[in-house]
Amino acid sequence: MAHRVSDQVYQRLTGESGYFDSRVVFIAESGPRDARRKQVAIMDQDGANVEYLTDGSALTFAPRFSPTGDRILFTSYETGVPRIYLMDVASRRRQIIGEQPGEMTFAPRFSPDGGTVVFSLERGGNTDIYSLALGSGALTQLTNSPSIETAPSFSPDGSQIVFESDRSGVQQIYVMPASGGEGTRISGGKGRYGTPVWSPRGDYIAFTKQNEGRFHIGVMRTDGTEERLLTASFLDEGPTWAPNGRVLMFTRETSGGGGQASLWSVDITGRNLKQIPTDGPASDPAWSPLLP
Amino acid sequence: MSLAAKSLLLIAVLGLAACNNPDRYGAGGAGGAGGAGGAGGIDTTGLGDPNNPTSIAYFNQTVGDRVLFAVDQSTLTPEGRGILTAQANWLNQNTGYAAIIEGHADEQGTREYNLALGARRAAAVQNFLISQGVAANRLRTISYGKERPLEVCSEEACYAKNRRAVTVLSAGVGA
Repeated sequence: MAHRVSDQVYQRLTGESGYFDSRVVFIAESGPRDARRKQVAIMDQDGANVEYLTDGSALTFAPRFSPTGDRILFTSYETGVPRIYLMDVASRRRQIIGEQPGEMTFAPRFSPDGGTVVFSLERGGNTDIYSLALGSGALTQLTNSPSIETAPSFSPDGSQIVFESDRSGVQQIYVMPASGGEGTRISGGKGRYGTPVWSPRGDYIAFTKQNEGRFHIGVMRTDGTEERLLTASFLDEGPTWAPNGRVLMFTRETSGGGGQASLWSVDITGRNLKQIPTDGPASDPAWSPLLP
Repeated sequence: MSLAAKSLLLIAVLGLAACNNPDRYGAGGAGGAGGAGGAGGIDTTGLGDPNNPTSIAYFNQTVGDRVLFAVDQSTLTPEGRGILTAQANWLNQNTGYAAIIEGHADEQGTREYNLALGARRAAAVQNFLISQGVAANRLRTISYGKERPLEVCSEEACYAKNRRAVTVLSAGVGA
């Protein structure tokens, strides 16, 4: 209730729709750097009401919400190899999807209609992007390249997919039709570009950029123009969009043996950088849609 | 290029100074032995007597169970090829073992890319061993990306050790 009031205040003040009535799924971390324990957790976007969805006995990472917030996808080593799990948030029931014998599957995201999962599949050392129709189980290969293709993200109208590829020799960002294809490169500056995520308003793509030993969270227009870096640190990565398409949350990790990860948010203007309070170290946030 | 040379020199110096610490976290991630063995010269890990040339301990410590890679690279160095040739010879002589090749990356990259890079490194090792006559059905690969560093400092000395592919032996031909 308080969050809905906050949304209304935010809207009056900024003219933008609020995002306070939303949740974030993330990875709660503990333990030393060389033996991190990671478990999937869910909380309100301000850090309240944390619940743990896996027990940490297997390495898990990069959980993502379905478009209606009722399911999540995440990657886990529970069977010994990275596999994608689909979990119903309410019941906590989960199943492996997209499993291919002897191959790693990871980096899953839902299509905007919730019926398709796009992900990376590694075969013989090579990683390409595939899609899985959840209803029929049909698997389609979307990229076919000896380079690494990963981190796919749908446009909000479902017609395109932005992803990263190192086919040019260095990680860059590409856009292809949702049915697959070569893709058109949109990133252009110096450095490496990865983890692209399409804004829910369709107007920006957020990304992680590495340049000269620093990591940055940035945004660019969907044609690659107007690139702006919003943060800089030893290690910032993996932005996720708030439902209003105007705020990003990401992982920031500090250096050294005692280094730890935490969650931060920043406006796309680059202002209001702040840490999201979590019980302990945390990483890989993914924002839900506004709660119905 | 000179940075790579400096790194190799650093690795050599550190390699002489460092104790041999087998990384044991198993295919299931956080479960199993937390890498407690290997602290001394006595075998507490079930890897056999390091003086026995047919033991896993001998493979790890004398043949060499790992190769290192340059930043963002998965191509084998000449030194790496030398170690892997020795691994292949050992595997061809000791046919009762299977291996999982673990690929890893340092923390200078994003999570998913590093997972894919680790897989490339493991595949490069696997392909080389197969080219040296090791039966493909004895070998499997897995990547841990940047999730399981060996060394935790945020400097090239540690990064270089983390950019590795480790050949982990198990008794019995792989499933």
